[in-house]
Amino acid sequence: MSNHKGLNFTLKVWRQKNAAAKGEFKEYPVTNVSPDSSFLEMLDIMNEDLLHKGEDPVYFDHDCREGICGMCSLFINGRPHGPGEEITVCQLHMREFNSQDGGVITIEPWRAAAFPVIKDLVVDRTAFDRIQQAGGYVSINTGGIPDANAIPIPKEIADKAMDAATCIGCGACVAACKNASAMLFVSAKVSQFSLLPQGQAEKSRRVLAMVNQMDEEGFGACTNTGACEAECPKGVSLENIARMNRDYFGAALSTEH
Amino acid sequence: MLDNKIPQGPLAEKWSQHKFNLKLVNPANKRKYDIIVVGTGLAGASAAASFGELGYNVKAFCYQDSARRAHSIAAQGGINAAKNYKNDGDSIFRLFYDTIKGGDYRSREANVYRLAEVSNAIIDQCVAQGVPFAREYGGLLDNRSFGGAQVSRTFYAKGQTGQQLLLGAYSALSRQVKTGKVKLYTRNEMLDLVLVDGKARGIITRNLVTGAIERHSAHSVVLATGGYGNVFFLSTNAMGCNGTAAWRAYKKGAQFGNPCFTQIHPTCIPVHGTQQSKLTLMSESLRNDGRVWVPKTVEMAQKLQKGEIKPTEIAEEDRDYYLERIYPSFGNLVPRDVASRNAKNMCDAGKGVNETGLAVFLDFKTAIERDGEDVIRAKYGNLFQMYEKITDDNPYKTPMMIYPAIHYTMGGLWVDYNLMTTIPGLYAIGECNFSDHGGNRLGASALMQGLADGYFVIPYTIGDYLAQTSYDKVPTSHPAFEEAEKEVRDRINILLTSKGEKTPDEFHKELGLIMWEYCGMARNEEGLKKAKGMIQKLRKEYWAGVKLIGINEEMNLTLEKALRIADFLELGELMVDDALTRTESCGGHFREESQTPEGEALRKDDEFAFVSCWEYQGDDQPAKLNKEELVFENVKLTQRSYK
Repeated sequence: MSNHKGLNFTLKVWRQKNAAAKGEFKEYPVTNVSPDSSFLEMLDIMNEDLLHKGEDPVYFDHDCREGICGMCSLFINGRPHGPGEEITVCQLHMREFNSQDGGVITIEPWRAAAFPVIKDLVVDRTAFDRIQQAGGYVSINTGGIPDANAIPIPKEIADKAMDAATCIGCGACVAACKNASAMLFVSAKVSQFSLLPQGQAEKSRRVLAMVNQMDEEGFGACTNTGACEAECPKGVSLENIARMNRDYFGAALSTEH
Repeated sequence: MLDNKIPQGPLAEKWSQHKFNLKLVNPANKRKYDIIVVGTGLAGASAAASFGELGYNVKAFCYQDSARRAHSIAAQGGINAAKNYKNDGDSIFRLFYDTIKGGDYRSREANVYRLAEVSNAIIDQCVAQGVPFAREYGGLLDNRSFGGAQVSRTFYAKGQTGQQLLLGAYSALSRQVKTGKVKLYTRNEMLDLVLVDGKARGIITRNLVTGAIERHSAHSVVLATGGYGNVFFLSTNAMGCNGTAAWRAYKKGAQFGNPCFTQIHPTCIPVHGTQQSKLTLMSESLRNDGRVWVPKTVEMAQKLQKGEIKPTEIAEEDRDYYLERIYPSFGNLVPRDVASRNAKNMCDAGKGVNETGLAVFLDFKTAIERDGEDVIRAKYGNLFQMYEKITDDNPYKTPMMIYPAIHYTMGGLWVDYNLMTTIPGLYAIGECNFSDHGGNRLGASALMQGLADGYFVIPYTIGDYLAQTSYDKVPTSHPAFEEAEKEVRDRINILLTSKGEKTPDEFHKELGLIMWEYCGMARNEEGLKKAKGMIQKLRKEYWAGVKLIGINEEMNLTLEKALRIADFLELGELMVDDALTRTESCGGHFREESQTPEGEALRKDDEFAFVSCWEYQGDDQPAKLNKEELVFENVKLTQRSYK
């Protein structure tokens, strides 16, 4: 229970009835918010108010509310996942916001051609799933596997693979990029397998298939601005993009796949 | 009479023998069978992927926008396996024994033994998929310790083990989607089960984007829809986790096992206020190095509560490391139920340490002094960061504050040894079933069970059922589908035309408070009876009027919630009924009337060594209690002691 006084804000929220409709910003006041409330809890308060007034609540994606499912996806005051480093929206707390001068907060959906708006702040990110389906796996079936310790993997390599695998698939990298490129997301998955011995057998096929699918989905090209890395809630490194490019060129030039 | 189908023979040979006895479906015939899997967490994704690999046609459903987001993803600490890589005396039998004992002898020997037996294959499978488990410098897999065990058998990937295991299963699932063997339906929620001739033959779903009510037919239905901890409103579950699929199955005849067995996790971040929407867990792995304490005196606790002193100002001799004091052999690593109850006892005695008096300390001072901050950072960095983000406190400098929270439900749909419910053709796997954890689940065992069920149990057992099922498909025009769809539409219409002032969330919070107060960490007859009345009253009020908005044929948040809460309002009452009937204490179910002189849970094995199996009798009838007797041939029932 917080001793702090409640905060008041004015939210400028993107409203869009459905994918076909034209969207617009609407303003909503939200009052008496605890500084210890999360950003999404603040939106809950707004939505309860709207519902009580008989208005349609604002739609936004969210689920685990602990920064790991990757479902929440808000563009707040011009930044994916809002202010703060290496957190998702659901880990953002209202104490981070200035409630002076009306405390205006602007909330938009991810903006990318490959992520069409479904409703309000909810976007369709199934393009990421299709990229994964194109080759983001080791092609083994269940069962008949040798002992887990049969392949020693140097700790440094395993840790690096883990750093890449930590990606939560939220799409902040795409939203942050002026080209709406998905290179950071795709390269994180490619890198995880490229680093590990388990991923070697399909290394070339995988990178070609995933990059190809990425292009088909309409994501933009990478121009190395690094905005994706700066805004990634999990700190996934640009190094992965470099690794994927190496893998890609190697695979594209090779005839052995 | 419930037939649990436990095979004859010695414990260690039951599963092998059973697998041999199961009927097989010829590889060429597998493509003639359709299977529906609801839920894409560890159990659902691993089952759907494995079915696809075997050649079955699979339809997989989840309410999230991607299969990768199911709440298994949030499991932090690890997954158990009996590899004995540490050479510290582990074995399949020891993992089995620890799990049975940890569950306070309210689970089936045969199921738990099988779980321990397949645990090693899970680690092999996940490593082969490219799951980046933590490793030692020699390149081999690292382990850590978890509560309720004196060996190190927990495999982990930083504090994100659930994420990595789920992404492994999701990658296997994605591969099957690519081959066309699995068709994915995301942003879809199951609203009813369809029975034809008493067998599960399909489901009714609602598309959460368009509102379309759809019919799906199959030869078998597998529920992997997780637990119902959100009945308490505040829990560590994701916001969307719900009990609807399981509850709908219950109302169609699947019996519900031990509904009152809920796990309260001892190390969660305390509640900050009434605007709170969910609770955040801090991994149990923290208890490897963190020491739990409260001040020795109430006076000092009151000063802490008022903010007059800082925890770091309290001298060693004024601190009560109560778990180490009461349980010298397990210390801070006692099982979850014991740790939670002791935290409650300390706070009830007035020794709680935050503003609300509902928190205890978890302190890393000793570990940081011993190993250095860098070592602690490497082990728990992301957890410490998460804690700091939420509380604005730096746990390297000041102890964490923690309090128990609802985390997991050991209860669930009753299943036999084949994981089939009492409805032929309907299976329940993972947290959705009741099967392996008895009255209390040990840490790092949920991931183990989810993947055991999905990768290594159901792919065998479902074949046995399908081999005895005709290839004929039931058309979705069948009257059973008509009827089920009509029921769903009627329910939706009642809610959408309902006129009330209270929102679904307001009802949900009210229900949660009733459940937490009377059916939470400590329960007694008087409170439970009171809760039953309160829930009935709340439910009546709900159906008399709840505030929704919009129509079915669109994305409708209020409708989604209202449907789930309607089911929670019924499920909550069954949990209370179950807690009332079980007048013993066991595991997470603590009846105040049944405790030892030291205040520990007192089981009554003569009266209660059974699974409570509740059978639906109609909305206006009390549910019928059936009992599956638990037979223990390989372990001796003793009062659990962690002293």
